[in-house]
Amino acid sequence: MSHDPNAVGTTTDDLPTLPTDRHTGCPFDPPEGLTALSDEPMRRMRYGDGHVGRLVTGHAAARAILADPRFSSRYELLHLPEPMEGMPGQIPPAPIGDIIGLDAPEHTRYRRLLTGRFTVRRMRQLTERVERFTKECLDAMEEAGPTADLVEAFAQPVPALVICELLGVPYSDRERFQSQVATLFDQTADAGAKGDAHTALLQYLGELVLAKRAEPTDDLLSDLTTSDLTDEELAGLGGLLLAAGLDTTANMLALGTFALLSNPDQLDALRADPGLAAQTVEELLRYLSVADPLLRSALEDVEVDGTLIKAGETVTVSVQAVNRDPRRFPDPDRLDIHRKATGHLAFGHGVHQCLGQQLARVEMAVAFPALLARFPTLRLAVPPREVPLRERSNIYGVVSLPVTWDQV
Amino acid sequence: MSDPRAPLRLGVDRERCVGAGMCALTAPAVFDQDEEEGLVVLLSPAPAPEHRPAARMAAGLCPAEAITLTG
Repeated sequence: MSHDPNAVGTTTDDLPTLPTDRHTGCPFDPPEGLTALSDEPMRRMRYGDGHVGRLVTGHAAARAILADPRFSSRYELLHLPEPMEGMPGQIPPAPIGDIIGLDAPEHTRYRRLLTGRFTVRRMRQLTERVERFTKECLDAMEEAGPTADLVEAFAQPVPALVICELLGVPYSDRERFQSQVATLFDQTADAGAKGDAHTALLQYLGELVLAKRAEPTDDLLSDLTTSDLTDEELAGLGGLLLAAGLDTTANMLALGTFALLSNPDQLDALRADPGLAAQTVEELLRYLSVADPLLRSALEDVEVDGTLIKAGETVTVSVQAVNRDPRRFPDPDRLDIHRKATGHLAFGHGVHQCLGQQLARVEMAVAFPALLARFPTLRLAVPPREVPLRERSNIYGVVSLPVTWDQV
Repeated sequence: MSDPRAPLRLGVDRERCVGAGMCALTAPAVFDQDEEEGLVVLLSPAPAPEHRPAARMAAGLCPAEAITLTG
């Protein structure tokens, strides 16, 4: 860096904004400007509305901040890293049921209703169903082959079938929610389009909640109708779970396959020993960090590792940079399925850590080996540079992944 | 660093627990989650030597700092 942002006389205009440009180099690496900052783990950053807050790129600092209740998740206290069309720098409070934007004790009340449904044991009990959905998608893909868009044929439908069954959302209704969810995560969509998508999603879930109340079935949404949640809370919470279940694992599966195909030595190692699946999943989570960044707001002055973060400052935790912190993960830019990637923050940290993470682990630990076993000659059908990337989304990934294989 | 196999006493705080499941995933012989709320259940407050490294790792991974270690 050519200047010291903390120097006297430096105007805030000189401060860096959030680096987002991935155009240079490897599609799996964070924007160059981000990882260049790892020797300054909590640097000052200029936000979309001119607010001066922090950008956290160090693993230890990120863990400390995300675990500290003095850093709030309430949307209305946050400044957006980048300006959004139709929305000035700040965000309205969390809509009902969106527990990501709440603090304790409100957050705790909702989370407690859900944690028993997403335990390690319960998610592992879903393994057979995940295997069945995976097999059905692979069968259809093979039959239509020898080429496919892996996103459409595999990466999207497998987690969608699982979350729909778990929640009790008819998979056949997916045209009523899939594009809305995509819009909600799309950073190029303006505030109006996001508002419309959210309204449509809530309307769909609202109708479903009424149907479940009238005629309960064996699923999470039906079970929650016996809690003290209102229809509005239930629809909001259902929408959040559906969105989180649809678009996160799907991007991990497609981008993860792209990463494995781009690292043939790692691909071969996993093929040779499917027992490496669980740790491959952890390493792909670390290496790809698709859900990024996480935002917090300091409720009071807090000193973190010798740096004073002032009350009111927004902190942007760059999960992708944190998971490439060389002090925590040696040789961080190397995909290495033999490394111990445990401790990555791909699912966040603190009280908001991903509720569905054990489901995501089961889905990926089933899906990657099954895909590779079914298609021993799986390869990209286009040059790697032509794979379209989801550059401006809250969930990183590929738009499509054209693949091909030799028919036997 | 202390010897990972040194004697270990564990405590858990179910009020702090957020049911992420990292402990049950990492040290299943030592931690579980209850069926109803999915919150931490301590199976082994003084784990056998072979389970101590995993138990320490689970404590470090806990996102809610709900596991306490005493030597």
